[in-house]
Amino acid sequence: MSTPAPLIEMRGISKGFGAVMANEGVDLSVAQGEILGLLGENGAGKTTLMNVLFGAYAPDAGEILVQGRPVTINSSADALAAGIGMVHQHFHLAPRLSVLENLLIGIPGKSGRIDRAGGLARLAEIGRQHGLTLDPNRPVSALSIGEQQRLEIVKALFRGARLLILDEPTAVLAPTEVDGLFSALRSMAAQGLGIIFISHKLNEVRALTHRCVVLRHGRVTGRVDAPASTTSSEMARLMCGHEIVPPARGPSTPGAAVLTLDAISTSRHSGMALRDVSISVRAGEILGIAGVSGNGQRALAEVISGVTAPDAGRMTIAGKAVSRFSSREVQALGLGRIPEDRMTTGLVTNLPLADSMVLPRIGTAAFSRNGLLRPDAIRAFAEAQIKAYDIRCPGPMTRAGALSGGNLQKALLARELAFDPKVLIVSQPTRGLDIGAARFIHEKFLDMRARGCGIVVIGEDLEELLMLCDRIAVMYEGRIVGTLDSADATIARLGLMMTGAEGHS
Amino acid sequence: MSVVLEQIFQVGFLAAIIRIATPLAFATLGEMFSERAGVLNLGIEGIMLLSAMTGFTATSLSGSLWLGVLAAVLTGALMGAVHALFTVALGLSQHVCGIGVTLFSSGLAYFLYRLIFGQQSVPPSIKSFETLPIPVLSDIPVVGPAVFNQFSLVYMAMAAVPLAAFVLYRTPWGLSVRMVGENPRAADSAGVGVIATRFQAVILGGALMGLAGAFLSMVQFNAFTFGLVSGRGWVAIALVVFGRWDPWRSAGAALLFAFVDALQLRMQASGLGHIPYEAFLMLPFIFTIVAMAVMSRNAVAPSALLKPFRREER
Ligand SMILES: Nc1ncnc2c1ncn2[C@@H]1O[C@H](COP(=O)(O)OP(=O)(O)O)[C@@H](O)[C@H]1O
Ligand SMILES: [Mg+2]
Repeated sequence: MSTPAPLIEMRGISKGFGAVMANEGVDLSVAQGEILGLLGENGAGKTTLMNVLFGAYAPDAGEILVQGRPVTINSSADALAAGIGMVHQHFHLAPRLSVLENLLIGIPGKSGRIDRAGGLARLAEIGRQHGLTLDPNRPVSALSIGEQQRLEIVKALFRGARLLILDEPTAVLAPTEVDGLFSALRSMAAQGLGIIFISHKLNEVRALTHRCVVLRHGRVTGRVDAPASTTSSEMARLMCGHEIVPPARGPSTPGAAVLTLDAISTSRHSGMALRDVSISVRAGEILGIAGVSGNGQRALAEVISGVTAPDAGRMTIAGKAVSRFSSREVQALGLGRIPEDRMTTGLVTNLPLADSMVLPRIGTAAFSRNGLLRPDAIRAFAEAQIKAYDIRCPGPMTRAGALSGGNLQKALLARELAFDPKVLIVSQPTRGLDIGAARFIHEKFLDMRARGCGIVVIGEDLEELLMLCDRIAVMYEGRIVGTLDSADATIARLGLMMTGAEGHS
Repeated sequence: MSVVLEQIFQVGFLAAIIRIATPLAFATLGEMFSERAGVLNLGIEGIMLLSAMTGFTATSLSGSLWLGVLAAVLTGALMGAVHALFTVALGLSQHVCGIGVTLFSSGLAYFLYRLIFGQQSVPPSIKSFETLPIPVLSDIPVVGPAVFNQFSLVYMAMAAVPLAAFVLYRTPWGLSVRMVGENPRAADSAGVGVIATRFQAVILGGALMGLAGAFLSMVQFNAFTFGLVSGRGWVAIALVVFGRWDPWRSAGAALLFAFVDALQLRMQASGLGHIPYEAFLMLPFIFTIVAMAVMSRNAVAPSALLKPFRREER
């Protein structure tokens, strides 16, 4: 007897967007009860491949088989009927509708009405089976990101999915939530569900998956049969096509302070307000701000970048006092800024990339003259940066919103670094980026440090902070609870301080 | 002022409110369905006029009032389908297409009316619907004769409100409508046809606008005139916002507007004399603007309103 046909098989899938081939001749299969890892850098074509499987995109070539039988999947309705469910990276939920309504969308009713009772019963059952409980009556907008993801998983199971696709599910979760997700996924696999798990975090893939497929530039570049016993560097090589060497942070010789905050407090702030925050960053130094997000990091970033004025305290940039707190003023003093949310505050997603890249300095002589823009100069600038930072896109006139996360981040970095800032403030610089792109960003930071720039890195990823920073300050409830030299800092010690325990510098 | 208060509690005054509110309620519910699915329909003003014309014509040619109503509903549905074709299937600008539909429908209405009836010194009219008293209920003092001795189209409007709420909130189709108006991608990935659902909602909305037009030419005026709709469609668009895209609140908004309009008519008649009547005419519109300004601050439109859906775009 031969082995039974796999649950799902994709054969020779190709899909292009205009000139970009997102997938080329991809073969992939998942068995019942198997967790398959789908690995690849940003832009490798993972999401596209899964959207083809889920019926959202029509492939240019290739076929899909469900338990050995070829099927035609022209829409998500077809995919659902074939037992395929997908949790998208950006959730497909209506925030103003309730959990139950989001669950019951597209489900036929009972005698013309929405079948609430049936829905509630199934919801409770799925909750019991996999530990995925949800309050059916809350609006989705009131759910945490983790709960929204749970709802998406429940939605797929509700529709009888036998294969569950999860597109970078851990990118949005806190470490503790990741554990919960993994145990639910293991429980589903144990009951015979097939799972495709997309991630570029190698340790997660090694911990969770039974088998891996690696994509690069739309093609399969590797298959790993025993992820648990394969080294991360081996997988990284398959993903990027070359070795990834962690950058080394050499000793620094910090100069004069380039950014100081002296007893800064804010009162009215939508998030956590700042209370008596004092920090200083010297030239050629990287200061990390660690902390569980929501403890005032956003307010801190906004004060430093001149978006909000503090109620009390003083701030200096390169020795000069900041008086008006406007983005223009801090920029003129030499501050560069990469905001947390690349899409909404970083770039204008509907404008050409070139326009977005010069926006903060659009009024300067480099890009406008006598009140008129200089399109050639703008274009030339963008082209040069695209080349220097290897930003993958069709050209400077591409809509910024069409770029992948890694390329967007590179574009933002290029935009700020091109003007040689004296101080750089960045939030979550590599969130959602693959190792290749993250390394690139890290190297740029270390470069800037060597050239005498002072950098503030706000982040939650302690490993990253320990690797990059000379000193790490920890924020808790709007205050700095302590600052450690990174030589003395450990993950355990920082973790303790992040819960509010006092540290000492 | 006491004169005014006395007027309010008169049978005639209450009945007037109901009659003014009826076409507004149909139109507002129609616009609401369309917008709930994510499609603004600025064609409403023209759709009401064209439906009023076709309804009137069908009745005056056939002699059957209900045939006229049917013609108006079909006209509305058809024009809804035209609007959906441009905005949903082709994904063109909802503003531009809506205004286009209004201009086209109005022009067509004038043209066809002239073609069919020619130039007459006395405009043709039809014999309107009779009022239909509901036994027992119509005997209640004041309210009875005002509310329960009405035309069948008025009763239909009264029934349309709870029915619309039921459809929108309790049926799978209504949930699909709300979902495609909030997040079409979510609906698509849940297996709901976004294009089909939007088409259906816009067509249903058009049919309701058709009923509004039918009421104007076949109940309120018994004739077709070019100024028949005179901004009621635009008012309905404001009332949807005022009613926060909810059937009950929208109907309430229509009633409130009708109250101000009826009041204004009474004030004109009751000889608060020396003030030019145009001042009173402005009253309901000033009310609308003020109400909109106050209410629309915390009103939240369907998230995907005005946004066409194309599957492979991100
Ligand atoms: N809807 C789309 N329109 C145009 N190009 C796209 C679209 N989706 C993906 N691409 C392009 O296809 C490639 C693969 O993207 P994607 O599948 O999102 O990669 P991944 O999920 O692995 O990061 C990228 O170059 C991306 O820019
Ligand atoms: Mg992706």
